[in-house]
Amino acid sequence: MEETIKFQLNGKQTEAVIDPTQTLLWVLRNHFGLTGTKFGCGMGFCGACTVLIDNEPVRSCQLSVGEAAGKNVITIEGLATKGKLHPVQKAFVEHDALQCGYCTPGMIMNATGLLIKNPTPSIQQIKDGMENNLCRCGAHMRIIEAVQTASKEMKGGK
Amino acid sequence: MKREQIKDMDSLQTSERHGMPRRDFFKILGGGIIIFFRPWRALDLNRMPAEQARGVPKDYNAFLRIAEDGTVTCYTGKIEMGQGIITSLPQMMADELNVPYDRIKIVMGDTDICPWDQGTWGSLSTRIFGQIMRTATAEARGVLLDLASAQLGVPVSQLEVKDGIVTDTKDSKKTVSYAQLAKGKRIEKFLDVKPSMEDYTKFKSIGKSYNRVDSNLKVTGEAKYSGDMKLPGMVFARILRPPSHAAKMTSVDYSGAEKIAGTKVVREGDLVAVINENCDLADQAIVKIKAEYSFNEVPVNDKTIYEFMLKADSNAKALNSTGDMDAGLKLCDKTFESEFHDPYLAHVAIETHTALAQLDGGKMTVWASTQSPFGLREGIMRELGLPAEEVRVITPFVGGGFGGKGEYQQGIEAAKLAKLTGKPVMLMWTRDEEFIYDTFHPAGVIKIKSGIDKAGLIKLWEYSVYYSGTRGADAIYDIPNTKFTHYSQKSDGPPVHQFGTGAWRAPNNNTNTFAREVQIDIMAAAAGTDPLEFRRKNLKDEHILDCLKAVADKFGYVPGKAPSGRGIGIACGADAGAWVAHMAEVKVDKSTGKVKVVRIACAQDMGLCVNPEGATIQMEGCITMGLGYTLSEEVLFEGGKILTHSLDAYDIPKFSWLPKIDTVILDRKDKPPQGGGEPAIIAIGAVVANAIFDATGARLYRMPMTPERVLEALKKV
Ligand code: FES
Ligand code: FES
Repeated sequence: MEETIKFQLNGKQTEAVIDPTQTLLWVLRNHFGLTGTKFGCGMGFCGACTVLIDNEPVRSCQLSVGEAAGKNVITIEGLATKGKLHPVQKAFVEHDALQCGYCTPGMIMNATGLLIKNPTPSIQQIKDGMENNLCRCGAHMRIIEAVQTASKEMKGGK
Repeated sequence: MKREQIKDMDSLQTSERHGMPRRDFFKILGGGIIIFFRPWRALDLNRMPAEQARGVPKDYNAFLRIAEDGTVTCYTGKIEMGQGIITSLPQMMADELNVPYDRIKIVMGDTDICPWDQGTWGSLSTRIFGQIMRTATAEARGVLLDLASAQLGVPVSQLEVKDGIVTDTKDSKKTVSYAQLAKGKRIEKFLDVKPSMEDYTKFKSIGKSYNRVDSNLKVTGEAKYSGDMKLPGMVFARILRPPSHAAKMTSVDYSGAEKIAGTKVVREGDLVAVINENCDLADQAIVKIKAEYSFNEVPVNDKTIYEFMLKADSNAKALNSTGDMDAGLKLCDKTFESEFHDPYLAHVAIETHTALAQLDGGKMTVWASTQSPFGLREGIMRELGLPAEEVRVITPFVGGGFGGKGEYQQGIEAAKLAKLTGKPVMLMWTRDEEFIYDTFHPAGVIKIKSGIDKAGLIKLWEYSVYYSGTRGADAIYDIPNTKFTHYSQKSDGPPVHQFGTGAWRAPNNNTNTFAREVQIDIMAAAAGTDPLEFRRKNLKDEHILDCLKAVADKFGYVPGKAPSGRGIGIACGADAGAWVAHMAEVKVDKSTGKVKVVRIACAQDMGLCVNPEGATIQMEGCITMGLGYTLSEEVLFEGGKILTHSLDAYDIPKFSWLPKIDTVILDRKDKPPQGGGEPAIIAIGAVVANAIFDATGARLYRMPMTPERVLEALKKV
């Protein structure tokens, strides 16, 4: 049952001897101790578990770890480089785009994926791209503003 | 455990229950100066609603500490769930002590080291606790000045404090820092806190906007919530749940579950659970358990509940009434009778109820997402028969509460499982469990009979509320003849609510404000008066009048009689000592019944605003969240079974719903700070309903205002 699964995790080549059918979310949290990726529903409806796989925002509760084999997985812990916040993280702080913060990692990962694909999204495109990431505290307005700010800062950069 | 034992335990432990035995403070915390205070007399408890006064601690138990390095730490039983007190409480303290904001630390929700607290809800943190804390801090400053005075040989009146350094105003070379004062000391001070209502304008830190202090942790994924805790040997648990609230287990077979590798099934009475070191395997095991149930008859569903409430044998209680209904009726030119319905709502915090429990050396420690760490501790003491000193509840960050985490069943379950298995047990409720075992916002019916005279003045107001509670039920308008009746559960009658109900952001008030403000709108339209003008004419409360003015200015309101076709609505109300007024603009698609809220403006008077940025965020959150109960949220049920138990079936506000939001905070430097986490949600239902009427002439008496219900109402226009 167990296999050696290899993938890039937050910039490092990683491997785990693990049952490949296990849910990526739980493997990230429980095997690798990366608890920034959150459980909100386990059914693909909330986006709290969003990570980037090959730069695509993906719901880690809907994926097995086997499906991540050979791919490049980035979690919220892997976003900041050398202690410097990623522009999206920075913008979330600046705009106070969070309250309880539980949806925040998923929001940031999803927004990052969105900006990689479309570095200059319109407000409507931001709304569309973020639509299925749920926030119960109602931080939506500031999240949109934060994504706009991040988009400006990232333009021309990466 | 038997009843008598519980009683005994209670009387034995009242002193300990309200905090840790004092002798242990220095042992745990080290030296310095520790201030205890007794806030009892600080509060005019008679003016507080009884349910709030009940939980206010009477013993010396809240405290702060000035450590030997000059760091000030506030220990509070309150918790941080997004409302931002982790930022605003230290802000208040910084001002009182004249120390830089960043030198204040706050320790929250740990029952072993924090003073007893009734729980974090009801917008009380700033309003009551903040006041007490601030006053106590001012007294602590007095203590420090006394010490400084003795040390420097200078009278207190001659001292001033800046950035934690006490200086002689006559000789600036004579200085001593708080750190030096605390160095090598073990000083305990007990204070009786008197309310201090001095000039707020002098505060440096209060009234300034601060970014959240927890943002960095939260954007990097470092912030730890209960589910992020990890202990050696920890196992994950899943609990077997009956198919409906009305089911009782008659037989169970768990042989299938035990075949899943590493699975253990544990049972104590009705509690059946699987544990596994691997979360996926626990998930696989729980569905392998076969159980049979018998079902009780449940007489209602989500459609018939309202009639059921009206017919139920209720406990009717008259509330403060004025004037004379018959005389009032005679004064009326027109009368109006309406019946409003509001359904059950779920809290839907994105973090589900979660707890990690560990029994170690006879001590039960539980990390739990709860709004009530001390409530959970008592729950565990009661259900597991443990004394206070053997139970510790620690509250990491809480991923949203909204009243729903005032209940802490998951913490008790985890503790029981930890005891049964001898292992640390992590229990994260699934989203289904979260929906099904939530304590819902109660459904209710409100009936109003009201009347106006020829001049458009309200002369009669007869208000009856059934089963949804009275917060926010006051008329707020200036009406000479009023009658209020509260119909609620009879203690010996069959239960009317079929599920647990509880506080939901601004409990009861959303329902009451909806009914009242729609009724006011109905009268304004019948009187042929602009709805803002109608309100002004009938209001005396200056706070609300000011809010109405402020919101109208912000919104750019142009008077007009409804329905004007513009889709503009107005509503106002009061909650938790604060006042709000809203205006909204909606677009109604008459062919589909779909309502789009285009913009909302809200003005709020919450007394002195400690952190305007934090308060604005809370208002935006309230407005956004409020759109849910207004337009889509409703718990559907049948035969004791919750039908809406996924995020797919129960629709909460999303990005596409977002209107343009404008907020105004009325600055009241002369008034004590009030709660700001809830008021702005109360009038969203009403303001949208009134805007729909203005757009279409269709009147809605029922939330949520789904497309079907809007179409239904449009047919009657
Ligand atoms: S936890 Fe994955 S979408 Fe909700
Ligand atoms: S900040 Fe609490 S759920 Fe989004």
